[in-house]
Amino acid sequence: MANALAPQKTMTIGEGGSALAFAALAILSIVVAAKAYTPEYAFHAYLFTAASVAAVFAIMNRYFERPAERPPLEIDGKPNYNMGPIKFSSVAAMFWGIAGFTVGVVIASQLAFPELNLGIPYTTFGRLRPLHTSAVIFAFGGNVLIATSFYVVQRTCRARLAGDIAPWFVVLGYNFFIVIAGTGYLLGITQSKEYAEPEWYSDLWLTVIWVTYFLVFLATVMRRKEPHIYVANWFYLAFILTIAVLHLGNNATVPVSLFSPKSYIVWSGVQDAMVQWWYGHNAVGFFLTAGFLAIMYYFIPKRADRPVYSYRLSIIHFWALIFLYIWAGPHHLHYTALPDWAQTLGMTFSIMLWMPSWGGMINGIMTLSGAWDKLRTDPVLRMMVVSVAFYGMSTFEGPMMSVKVVNSLSHYTDWTIGHVHSGALGWVGYVSFGALYCLIPWLWNRPLYSLKLVNWHFWISTIGIVLYITSMWVSGILQGLMWRAYTNLGFLEYSFVETVEAMHPFYVIRALGGLLFLAGALLMAWNLWKTVTAAEEAKPADLALAPAE
Amino acid sequence: MSLWQKHAIFEKNSIILVIGILVVIAIGGLVEIVPLFYLKNTIEKVEGVRPYTPLELAGRNIYVREGCYLCHSQMIRPLRDEVERYGHYSLAAESMYDKPFQWGSKRTGPDLARVGGKYSDDWHRDHLRNPRSVVPGSVMPEYSWLAQNELDTKNIAQDLKVLALEGVPYTPDMIANAAADVATQATADSPEAVDLAKRYPKAQARDFDGNPARVTEADALIAYLQMLGTQVDFKLYDDKANIR
Repeated sequence: MANALAPQKTMTIGEGGSALAFAALAILSIVVAAKAYTPEYAFHAYLFTAASVAAVFAIMNRYFERPAERPPLEIDGKPNYNMGPIKFSSVAAMFWGIAGFTVGVVIASQLAFPELNLGIPYTTFGRLRPLHTSAVIFAFGGNVLIATSFYVVQRTCRARLAGDIAPWFVVLGYNFFIVIAGTGYLLGITQSKEYAEPEWYSDLWLTVIWVTYFLVFLATVMRRKEPHIYVANWFYLAFILTIAVLHLGNNATVPVSLFSPKSYIVWSGVQDAMVQWWYGHNAVGFFLTAGFLAIMYYFIPKRADRPVYSYRLSIIHFWALIFLYIWAGPHHLHYTALPDWAQTLGMTFSIMLWMPSWGGMINGIMTLSGAWDKLRTDPVLRMMVVSVAFYGMSTFEGPMMSVKVVNSLSHYTDWTIGHVHSGALGWVGYVSFGALYCLIPWLWNRPLYSLKLVNWHFWISTIGIVLYITSMWVSGILQGLMWRAYTNLGFLEYSFVETVEAMHPFYVIRALGGLLFLAGALLMAWNLWKTVTAAEEAKPADLALAPAE
Repeated sequence: MSLWQKHAIFEKNSIILVIGILVVIAIGGLVEIVPLFYLKNTIEKVEGVRPYTPLELAGRNIYVREGCYLCHSQMIRPLRDEVERYGHYSLAAESMYDKPFQWGSKRTGPDLARVGGKYSDDWHRDHLRNPRSVVPGSVMPEYSWLAQNELDTKNIAQDLKVLALEGVPYTPDMIANAAADVATQATADSPEAVDLAKRYPKAQARDFDGNPARVTEADALIAYLQMLGTQVDFKLYDDKANIR
């Protein structure tokens, strides 16, 4: 010790405990790998081993490198924010976004040109489709949510992120989950529940990550300097909590063995269908809506430099939205063997859901009161406002499609796919892009490289979205009508395959739309890359702390 | 003091906010899910629905593995055109042993709830190898490797055990004979077929993939497809008895 006054460096319980836990996991994974029933599962066990060993090494290395004192919570009376995990997550979001959009273009093209399935197991539509949905929802969307939530909770609470290793564990562990899930789909490991395909061991891993995520978030809220919890944090909390409940309910499985990747869900048939769509619809409601509404409630006011339009509306919006959303699941099961009473409840609440959804849209868009001129000059703000407009459109379309007579036509067709993508590309995509265009310059203290490129991104991808959703409207309604068309002699007019052949031109248009959306995202990645790697730091004035809303 | 100010209790106490959220999101799920487990009219009383044979179960697991459910539903709605195109509308009882359910959400290809017996084994074999050889306009991927891959059923008895634990009526006899039943069902004219049919009424036993030398994944998948929707005899089914 050079300086006798320096405190003795000791390992924290978190460091020692997590290093030990990872060491134990490494040993367990080696045993599992050795006795695994299938080579695919052994491969995953080896990945777990490698990741655990890397984690032990990283924790020890970090311990030896770090100063004896823990980072202070405040420096000169200002919060000492922890931005490292946020930087990682926002870069990961961009990476997975490009990957997920690319797979989307591939599977869209496979539907137009089936030769693109390539005749090998790993590249068939059936395996790539979950890869696409998980990559865009959980990898891209999830990283955007983790990055923004960790940023927003620190800023609005004026407090350093809770935990030392925990935030890094959440960020890295979550991305490891993505790798396990994604490679699993390609290798044929799936439990076939839509948007919950990963098998039992990935689910367990995600549970540990998610509980840690919740604790880090809640502990940060608890150390806040502001008396009130800001509205964005209500939405983040609802998102984290509800996803935990849904995940546990929908993945209640019994594994065949510790050494088998396969498990069987405890629910069966009609009950399993109800549990699945309770999960599935609320993955939309809480992952893709509540979480991204939190982004809206922080980034739009911040970017527009205006307060949220109505505090009272945000209270109504919040409670009504989370109460009503959870009921809407059965609209995925209209006219099925699910009892009618449940279908009717699902439809009724889906229609009611229109109101809080539009309440939220109004709250977001009207936040621009007095700042509408910024739409002309700021393409980032324009992207976020258009995202809220898309939110309004899809939250009108959704309740409409949940009406049973409409659903009898739209269900099982591409109309559903179009509806999902107007929400996913228009709302979730654009509000995420807007947030990343704000966040990355803030995190790296650099001005955004080019607003002109943002403008190009906006227009190219908007044309892409329009091509996508209009082609799916036409193909969906066309196919729905063809299925129920009768000749004047009372026979079904079209064989099934004739209705498939009729889809071809629309599938080509849809793939083109997806390609444009991907092209826009590539422009964005380039723009952000140039931003981060720029030499010059932003002027100190830009570093001033933002007041918490 | 207006009502609005009372909301401060949620904004100032994170734990109360957490509890508030949990209470509010619990209601809808509880009301919609819990009654399905005790209302007797949720699942009709029907003759003929039995657990999958080990070979059918293995085939079903391949159906799951390849993501077939992403393009094929197994749920015929009670609409005129669907009943005419696919057959009697699906009953809840027909998927009562399905873990997980395979109702699907998209029909890029046709519904498969009653595909059993509609096409020959030969047709299925050709169709899996190259869908466009039998349906020129199809956009389905080729699954030629299924007929080449040996079916892995070393541990199939464990699968049955887990399902029995979860309430599927697999008997100890079924579990003990699981591996043997796979071989029996995938072989034409096997003497054990009688026992198999006792354990699993109406189970079809033959060489599904046209290759008697081996039991392949195609054997299992075709066995599964050929039984889909065939368990309930709709000539005998009385839908009036199940008015809900």
